[in-house]
Amino acid sequence: MKKRQNVTIKGTKDGLVLLLDDLCSYDELKRELDLKLSANTRTEDERHLISVKLEAGNRYLTEEQREELKELVRQKKNLVVDTIVSNVLTKEEADRLRAENEVVTVSKIVRSGQVLKVSGDLLLIGDVNPGGTVVAGGNIFVMGALKGIAHAGCFGNNQAVIAASNMRPSQIRIHDSLHPAQDFVPAEDKHEMECAYIDENRQIKIDRLQALIKIRPNLTRLEGGH
Amino acid sequence: MGEAIVITSGKGGVGKTTTSANIGTALALQGKKVCLVDTDIGLRNLDVVMGLENRIIYDLVDVVDGRCKIHQALVKDKRFDGLLYLLPAAQTVDKSAVTSEQMKKLMEELKQDYDYIIIDCPAGIEQGYKNAVAGADKAIVVTTPEVSAVRDADRIIGLLEKEKHMEPPKLIVNRIRNHMMKTGDMLDLDEITEHLSIGLIGIVADDDEVIRASNHGEPIALNPNSKASIAYRNIARRILGESIPLQPLEEANKGMFSKLKKFFGVR
Repeated sequence: MKKRQNVTIKGTKDGLVLLLDDLCSYDELKRELDLKLSANTRTEDERHLISVKLEAGNRYLTEEQREELKELVRQKKNLVVDTIVSNVLTKEEADRLRAENEVVTVSKIVRSGQVLKVSGDLLLIGDVNPGGTVVAGGNIFVMGALKGIAHAGCFGNNQAVIAASNMRPSQIRIHDSLHPAQDFVPAEDKHEMECAYIDENRQIKIDRLQALIKIRPNLTRLEGGH
Repeated sequence: MGEAIVITSGKGGVGKTTTSANIGTALALQGKKVCLVDTDIGLRNLDVVMGLENRIIYDLVDVVDGRCKIHQALVKDKRFDGLLYLLPAAQTVDKSAVTSEQMKKLMEELKQDYDYIIIDCPAGIEQGYKNAVAGADKAIVVTTPEVSAVRDADRIIGLLEKEKHMEPPKLIVNRIRNHMMKTGDMLDLDEITEHLSIGLIGIVADDDEVIRASNHGEPIALNPNSKASIAYRNIARRILGESIPLQPLEEANKGMFSKLKKFFGVR
């Protein structure tokens, strides 16, 4: 019986895909990958780089192993690794991903001197008083009055938005942009149901809440339904 | 078993000491056995406001360091026939002379003998504040209708809410000047209570008599004719569990009265 191949090369219209078997040992895989790519010499005359996608299946690859495989492929003439795909995540990565995609509901008043930080979206049932700070990796939704500082997308997400029932912040930050409160806000301005986002000119804009439906349609998480 | 109530504010100069002295006095007038504790070590002045300065022999630091017994350090107020005592703060050392653990133990001992222990907290949020709060069961936050005082009160309320052994704090708005509130030059009561969102236990109007009485070492609560005195007596009765509507700031103004009544309803 012929031994099963550990490395299968497939050509697609986006480039080469290398299917790596997930049952053999890592060393065996490396050896075979090296062998397969060395044998294939016919593209020697084409000098432009061909991008390669590695599919590791159910094998977990550490950061070092990923680097090693990239290096191995790069040494072979004109191939370059574009992406490495694996079905396996470590628990920490999974927890981090879940935390970043979670809406955290908090019911309290964030008072002066207090900092409330979450890695996902924040849904605050209460106020942010002057001197208080809320920070989120994702969006911030304040059901009460936002009178302190709000910082959304703190890990570098400039699509993040901030919305509040009563928008009177002392400062708004989204990713690395900053929007200090206007010096003269007429007292009669209600600032009810407003949102803040970064527009195409990388400026923080404040608009009525309903504007978000057009500007950030991907806020909708509902799948299916009508 | 008594109850220890800390009077705090964060900001200095809003009337913590005056409030402590007057609530203590008013509770004693109601026949309760009260001990006032000054925790502003190094900057004591509750004794001055109470007019008991000359009779201090030992102080709080002497007690926690074991140089004397509690009853030796307590100064009895002769106006109250054994109902009101003061445990003065030390003047020669600073706040680091006492630890939170020592204060807790001291409060436990005092609670055996007194109905109410009123703790006068120093300004700030450092060791002095931590000591004052350590042994307390309840807290009253004093603020004035100024933005800076309300901001600091907010900070203190945030810290108090983290103290799991305590009930949610109550608020006193002190030094209210009615004419300034009406013209909008001062924060009005609605704004303050909405912002801080804790229960209001009393409001005290700004009254020259308060300063005069303090300087004479006689708490204003002893004088039944002053408006501020009635306010403090009402606070004491609310502490005792009675339900008393807030004093109207201006009798003639029906609008304001109904507004205040609405407040009380919310509380």
